[in-house]
Amino acid sequence: MTMALITYKEAVRQAMQEEMRRDENVFLLGEDVGVYGGAFGVSLGMLEEFGEERVRDTPISEGVIAGAAAGAAVTGLRPIAEIMFSDFITIAMDSLVNQAAKMRYMFGGKAKVPMVLRMPGGSGTGAAAQHSQSLEAWLVHVPGLKVVMPSTPYDVKGLLKTAIRDDNPVVFIETKTVYNKKGEVPEEDYVIPFGAADVKRIGRDVTVLATGVMVHRSLEAAEILAKEGIDVEVIDPRTLVPFDKETLVKSVIKTGKLIIVHEACKRGGFGGEVAAEVMESEAFDYLDAPIKRVAGKNIPIPYCMELEKSAVPQVDDIVNAVREIV
Amino acid sequence: MKLSKETLISWYKKMLHTRFFEAQVDAFFAKGMIHGTTHLSIGQEAFAIGSTAALYADDLITSTHRGHGECIGKDADLNRMMAELMGKSNGYCKGKGGSMHIADLEKGNLGANGVVGGGFAIAVGAALTQQMKKTGKVVLCFFGDGASNEGSFHEALNLASIWKLPVVFMCTNNHYGMSMSVARSTAVANIADRAASYEMPGITVDGNDPIKVYEATLAAVERARSGEGPSIVEGITYRWLGHSKSDANRYRTKEEIEAWKDRCPIKAFEKYLIKNNVISQQESDEITAGAKDDIARAVEFAQQGSYPGIETLEEDVYA
Ligand SMILES: Cc1ncc(C[n+]2csc(CCOP(=O)(O)OP(=O)(O)O)c2C)c(N)n1
Ligand SMILES: [Mg+2]
Repeated sequence: MTMALITYKEAVRQAMQEEMRRDENVFLLGEDVGVYGGAFGVSLGMLEEFGEERVRDTPISEGVIAGAAAGAAVTGLRPIAEIMFSDFITIAMDSLVNQAAKMRYMFGGKAKVPMVLRMPGGSGTGAAAQHSQSLEAWLVHVPGLKVVMPSTPYDVKGLLKTAIRDDNPVVFIETKTVYNKKGEVPEEDYVIPFGAADVKRIGRDVTVLATGVMVHRSLEAAEILAKEGIDVEVIDPRTLVPFDKETLVKSVIKTGKLIIVHEACKRGGFGGEVAAEVMESEAFDYLDAPIKRVAGKNIPIPYCMELEKSAVPQVDDIVNAVREIV
Repeated sequence: MKLSKETLISWYKKMLHTRFFEAQVDAFFAKGMIHGTTHLSIGQEAFAIGSTAALYADDLITSTHRGHGECIGKDADLNRMMAELMGKSNGYCKGKGGSMHIADLEKGNLGANGVVGGGFAIAVGAALTQQMKKTGKVVLCFFGDGASNEGSFHEALNLASIWKLPVVFMCTNNHYGMSMSVARSTAVANIADRAASYEMPGITVDGNDPIKVYEATLAAVERARSGEGPSIVEGITYRWLGHSKSDANRYRTKEEIEAWKDRCPIKAFEKYLIKNNVISQQESDEITAGAKDDIARAVEFAQQGSYPGIETLEEDVYA
């Protein structure tokens, strides 16, 4: 395989471009996705290649963006809809939760809703409480939705292709603070199956399961801890629904210790679900310590830079949590 | 309409404050002294100031992500505004809100909003309070042209109309959402045309003329105050700068921007004031210099403030 060094953002764009070239039913819609290239420049240049018919600027109307995606999907198209910030999913919630997610089941298995709802999530940009949330747990809770949360350029490209080819509504949460991070990505076509976690670092002393930007922070923490002789295994589930329980359980059986790290508020967060899955599994008997969650504080994200940092886990918080558990 | 010299000068000052405040914010941004994002209203000052001038001190407003002007129009303290943008604990929101969330509840400013269209329903609820408690107060609900395509706009206007609530919907039509022009995004030519669907008056005025804006707003405010219900007042204006810091202006031409800069609302108002012998050129220069000084003082105040301590992180989540 020939590899290219590209950014996360470019990887998202390439996945969309390649899928749009492959399948004429795939198209992009969202606020300012055309000439502006999206708020983060993810779709820059796509209008020039595909034209206004397939790169569609919409009015500021999240409800109809998600709902029209569902309607187009159920009738044969394969829309990729962009919500400018994941926070605004709240406005699209009925279309997504009560419509798209349930159509197939309610209709007795007759409908397919092959849509992708892309959105950047997370804090770290100083944009305060309404532009910084991590709401993935809400979406994980809804049967009928798949939820993807890639952390690297390689993962985001392979997973977005799978999302576009999937016949179900997929919520695709991009990690906005890694948009400009580079990584190796194959030049050839490839896909990454849903439900396959990736062991980002092999270790024997403690398992750290992390999502989004926390994958990078956990890897950094692991390097610091390695110097102290603590060997950390870092697992990125990559897709929250479906969730690869097997890889995690195997790892916990090996290490006997589990720390879950996510940016979202701890209360009601995805970490609680992961902990419960492990407690209900054969790994329970192998646990040498209580499972730990390192997660966001139960507060809205504040504006002031120092406070914003303190609201979500940083490398030091992960390092300390590991030291406490081993 | 006869407006006193003091009134007109106070408007002029507030427009200058808005301009200089935002120019300073822009400069600080470029130097990395203010972080996050901010949306500047340079070029739109007349609408914010002319409209809020039609209110009593205890009337209310809801504002938007581009709300510094409305905030100043509602008599906000420049010092605390600047401190908030710098994330300081002596800012309006103790450094927790930033540009998009400045609120001054004591002065009736129910807050800027990071969510486009987030203010419509809040304004309706605030107007309901005034109606039910018979306070006689009115709510001005500011929003952008782009925001009028959110579902909440339509729900709010309908409810305000059937309940005859004391709210006026104030559309700052600056021709664009982020990059999408009104012509591309919106089925009607003027946002005020949408009033017809909700059986309320809708008027479109030159948003760069504070007097026209004032007169139109005052009529709508008086109507609302007397129990006759809501209206839309739309001002046509233009945003000179990018949407936010990430804007490369790919969706409009330099010529278009320059043409609107030639129609600077502040220069035009200065000309009007001098021509009508309200002030002399020298007075204008003094007012301008004074306004600049006020911003310099705000910067000093902000710089002297401290960042909020970590102990405040989990404060104020619940009452
Ligand atoms: C619900 C929601 N959708 C999208 C955005 C991103 N956004 C911020 S401002 C803006 C444009 C708003 O246009 P308009 O209402 O005309 O106000 P203007 O920016 O021109 O002042 C957009 C799309 C947002 N903040 N909230
Ligand atoms: Mg606008």
